[in-house]
Amino acid sequence: MSGITPSATVGPFFLFGLVPSSAGGVDLITNRLATPDVEGERIRIEGRVLDGDGVPLPDALIEIWQADAAGSYAHANAQEQRANTAFKGFGRAPTDNDGFYWFETIRPGAVPGPDGRAQAPHILVNVFARGMTRHATTRIYFADENANADDPILALVPPDRRDTLIARRADSNGEPVYRFDIHLQGEHETVFFEA
Amino acid sequence: MTIVYPYESLKAHPRYDFEDYRSTEKRSPRKPLVLLPHTASELTGPVYGHNDVRPEDADLTRQHAGAPLGERIIVHGHVLDEDARPVANTLVEIWQANAAGRYMHVVDQHPAPLDPNFTGGGRTVTDDKGYYRFVTVKPGAYPWRNHHNAWRPAHIHFSLLGHSFLQRLVTQMYFPGDPLFPYDPIFNAVEDAAARQRTISTFDLENTVPEWALCYRFDIVLRGRQQTPMEA
Repeated sequence: MSGITPSATVGPFFLFGLVPSSAGGVDLITNRLATPDVEGERIRIEGRVLDGDGVPLPDALIEIWQADAAGSYAHANAQEQRANTAFKGFGRAPTDNDGFYWFETIRPGAVPGPDGRAQAPHILVNVFARGMTRHATTRIYFADENANADDPILALVPPDRRDTLIARRADSNGEPVYRFDIHLQGEHETVFFEA
Repeated sequence: MTIVYPYESLKAHPRYDFEDYRSTEKRSPRKPLVLLPHTASELTGPVYGHNDVRPEDADLTRQHAGAPLGERIIVHGHVLDEDARPVANTLVEIWQANAAGRYMHVVDQHPAPLDPNFTGGGRTVTDDKGYYRFVTVKPGAYPWRNHHNAWRPAHIHFSLLGHSFLQRLVTQMYFPGDPLFPYDPIFNAVEDAAARQRTISTFDLENTVPEWALCYRFDIVLRGRQQTPMEA
């Protein structure tokens, strides 16, 4: 056998499979990444997923993958060296009827990038939905982060589209909140990556 | 050993704007994708283990008080990378319609019966050989409104985390010989015939259990191959 198994859309009915609590089951992966023991600044990330007409998607699924506050990923090879063993860095959130999603997590640290250059703190994002034949990959950066100016990945993005990757600070009730809307298409289409 | 993830492998995937699948019209990115170098962020991925799942999670016929209606089947196979090496200890999640072609979901309006003994969701973790096994019932075909008289071929949705962000895959498994294949835009969104064939399971007589259940084999190939010395 050669060649990878191709992607197919997640379809409209994934909730009971990928978010079993929606059907009385137990979730393995949730939108609350921050564990009681984890070090770092607790933040909330929220936003909406919108189609080419600006219509919110009530049936999208967002997954995120991020480093801990020290810039380490909870990867298989790294388990022993990490301080925050309970923090997995992986989250999953379905959108609600208004296309809205949110995560409770911690602000990630800077991680190594190409050629030994540091990458600005960021979170990887995959978007799944009915009508998407394969998931779309993007990144969340933080508006109040000076390191963005030197980030080697942001530098690859056309300057007039970089804003689509920047989450804006939008605190609520004294809690740090970052707003990140995802436009699948249209004038404000989010930058997606071929990864 | 270093694993690399050639971009060329992505050509097996359907394009975002496959117009026969109408819902792609407003939901497909249209601006050029930005080629992303593979950094520590992409080369790593979350870890879930055998302690995170229960045996009954992989047997969709034993999640309720009684047995579900329909044809009991075994679906099993190996999760491999592009060098045919096992992808061990990785989470596999599935979901599907019941034998009547009805999903346990509020927005499914198909006038076919729900089965109180079948939810249709399952999960397991591959063993050290990349092997997984589910027991379930064969899902029915179901109608959708993509075009006149549109019916989805029977299928099971699969979600795999793999060992890195780059191996993440959501796909659908079909059953051999389905007469609906030529008419289904989701199946045919995979334009390469060989790649499309890889989404069809094979009937597995050897592992069919006498007097109990038919068996289907579905091997899944994720991205990733060993770096050759030339590339090092």
